Amino acid sequence: MSVIFFLIGCSVFIALIFLAAFFWANRTGQHDDTYTPSVRILFDDEGDEEK
Amino acid sequence: MKETIHATTCYHCGDAVAGVHYETDGHVFCCLGCQSVYRILAGSRMHAYYRFNTHPGKKKSRASSRYEYLDEEALADKLVDFRNGDITIVTFYVPAIHCSSCIWLLERLYRLNDAVVHSQTDFLKKQITITFKHNELTLREAVELLATIGYEPKITLQDVVKEGRKFSQKGLIAKIAVAGFCFGNSMMLSFPEYFGMGSFESSYSRFFGWMNLAFALPVVLYCGRDHFRSAWQSLRRWELNLDVPLALGIMVLFFRTGWEVALAGGPGFADTLCGLVFFLLVGRWIQQRTFHHISFERDYRSYFPVAVTRLDETGTKAIPLADIQVGDCLLIRNGEIIPADAMLMKGQAAIDFSFVTGESEPVRKVLGEIIYAGGRQTGGALEVEVVKAVSQSYLTRLWNNESIKPAVKNFRSFSDRVSRYFTPALVGVAAAAFLFWWVGGDLTRAWGAFTAVLIIACPCALALSSPFTLSAAMSLFDKNRFYVKNTAAIEQMARIDSLVFDKTGTISSPSAARMRWEGNLLPEELANVVAVCKNSYHPLSRELVKWAGDIPSDGYAITNYREIPGEGLEAWVDGRRIRVGNARFTGASGKERGTRVYLSLNDVVRGSFAVEQPWRGHLGNVLGKLADGRQLHLISGDNDRDEAQLRALFPKRSVFRFHQLPDEKMEYIRVLQAEGHRVAMFGDGLNDAGALRQADLGIAVSDDINNFSPGCDAILDGRSFAKLPLFFRFARHAVKVIHMSFGISLTYNIIGLGFAVTGTLSPLFAAVLMPLSTVTIISFTTVATHLYAKRDQLTRTS
Repeated sequence: MSVIFFLIGCSVFIALIFLAAFFWANRTGQHDDTYTPSVRILFDDEGDEEK
Repeated sequence: MKETIHATTCYHCGDAVAGVHYETDGHVFCCLGCQSVYRILAGSRMHAYYRFNTHPGKKKSRASSRYEYLDEEALADKLVDFRNGDITIVTFYVPAIHCSSCIWLLERLYRLNDAVVHSQTDFLKKQITITFKHNELTLREAVELLATIGYEPKITLQDVVKEGRKFSQKGLIAKIAVAGFCFGNSMMLSFPEYFGMGSFESSYSRFFGWMNLAFALPVVLYCGRDHFRSAWQSLRRWELNLDVPLALGIMVLFFRTGWEVALAGGPGFADTLCGLVFFLLVGRWIQQRTFHHISFERDYRSYFPVAVTRLDETGTKAIPLADIQVGDCLLIRNGEIIPADAMLMKGQAAIDFSFVTGESEPVRKVLGEIIYAGGRQTGGALEVEVVKAVSQSYLTRLWNNESIKPAVKNFRSFSDRVSRYFTPALVGVAAAAFLFWWVGGDLTRAWGAFTAVLIIACPCALALSSPFTLSAAMSLFDKNRFYVKNTAAIEQMARIDSLVFDKTGTISSPSAARMRWEGNLLPEELANVVAVCKNSYHPLSRELVKWAGDIPSDGYAITNYREIPGEGLEAWVDGRRIRVGNARFTGASGKERGTRVYLSLNDVVRGSFAVEQPWRGHLGNVLGKLADGRQLHLISGDNDRDEAQLRALFPKRSVFRFHQLPDEKMEYIRVLQAEGHRVAMFGDGLNDAGALRQADLGIAVSDDINNFSPGCDAILDGRSFAKLPLFFRFARHAVKVIHMSFGISLTYNIIGLGFAVTGTLSPLFAAVLMPLSTVTIISFTTVATHLYAKRDQLTRTS
């Protein structure tokens, strides 16, 4: 059963990686604008084809 | 069918096309501006702009500003975000951004100009960040590029863009992330204990305990820091805000957990502690969240131009506002603002002081007269000599006047007031429980009871009820175009008992059409009438001339001009006898008096001008409803010519004051406050700025929220003026919801206390009670707020 120490260690380690990822996202401004990307992605290349 | 639609509305901006129209590629445009934008876009094969939305453009409201000053290095440096040898990055605030076509076009600026490397919009903030090669495109050219396609950036010294960046929630969000991480993990490690562990598993139990303590450490030291700081500051001022019992609870939780894990071998309360801090931080985030990007702290600088044109021997030069010195000769073009008190040296001055006084009728000035800062020139260019520095000008002094800035508004929120009684009571109960068991000889149990009381009664739910209720109210107000600065303003709103209104621009709408023609008249005949009316100084004649607008009415020979006071005017023009006046005078059969101006040509009545009241829609109705339980005041810098009309609209007990100077307005509010009233001030212009700040709640009424408004607690869009009574009623209901949720959280506390005083508080009990009460409060406030909103008809947005 001592494997549980290893498993808990793993789970906390992975959770820490996610926490670090969140910090990185927050710091690089990925939560600054939560609206515009949702519009931007809907533009197809219709207008750009005419170039 | 399609053809007729195209023939009546502008392809670019959607406005009605009247008279002259411009045509390109079979599309009709209302003005040259719209047409030229279309041509630019069509030339770059960017028709798709018109495909995402119909009429995506916005008409250029004014002639474009001049941007020579952007060539000045010193000024440009203040605006750019980043610059290296090759590229410049700059962010602008563009009020015209309003639809997906805007995003599409603005992010394809590189197709209009090769020097633009990248451009990105932030739709909600109405900002665009442009990266461009400054060797090929100057900052000025970049701004002009935006202006030519109809997206003129608003550039002011007190840059909205930079100001918005100062306030960041990133620190708070990081704390929430850490607290959430620790909360989740410590809960996972606590579950085995709650479900019961066999004796053979006790070695794990110690391990879990230490792990939990490790998770609690960053939560207390990092995430809970703000609560400790706030509690300490509050104690130093001999006050007890709600953070005091919260900080006490967090501290007790931590030390008891530490003691249990290290010495007693118990599981501790780490998960309760992490959960508590996590929920508190979420509440704080909810409270600070802004739903809009309006600045409430704008001052005169955001209204003034960034630079002015100085004339000297060598010619003209753009200089920053701060460099203006007494004796400088400035060139003021049409539509520009006079930045400092100055003497008129040359040119035809017709100054629009609407920003200072609220009165939009331009004021004529003669050579040598002093023009106060803040006026906008309408007409040709002027040359003026500065007589006072910008910071010493009449207008600027109004802002800087220390007496206008009252100390922090003495406002205690409900939770702070409750806390003054709650905290001593809590400590009292804890001490009593401690004494009871100590006298009974059980010291361990005495400590247990003491800490348990402080843990259980920690007012987490109470601390959350205000933020959740008020921020829900705030977002509802927002949807109804009533923008409140912070949640405290809503609580303040519920307690207002006196309402003070400014007149011009506040209860009257500057854009309201004041005349309506009923009848038939040829354009040439109208020109005759206007020519006659131009000779009269009667307010209605002037109103009529204003209504007629650009009709060419000069060059008519007017003979036998007569003005009969109280009746009307008469004159001969082009062989026509024109009579303008009341029904009797013109021979019309109308009964209404005063509200109509009749017109007869050669003794034939041709119709009448209905005089519309300049007041905002439903004014009488709104005032009547607001008067319920509140005293109304009208305080105007204008003369009393409208008093009779206003008397009819305002409830009987209302107080009227005319001819009030800005500081008299402020003093009036101060007197009301001294009498114990809680005063809300409604104003719009700079002349109300002092009063808005002095009032317990300053509400700026504005028809364009992106434009200037004086510093205030809330901004009301003129279109939502009719909803004011609903807003006030809903604010009261929101406070009622807070009171009710306080009752609920108190019930939970009392139940918990019943167990706590016995000194037998199990970690499981705390771990269930705390989140349960929190969830109850959050769902109660959410549901109750929305039910009230529905009842108060605020959910239907129009």
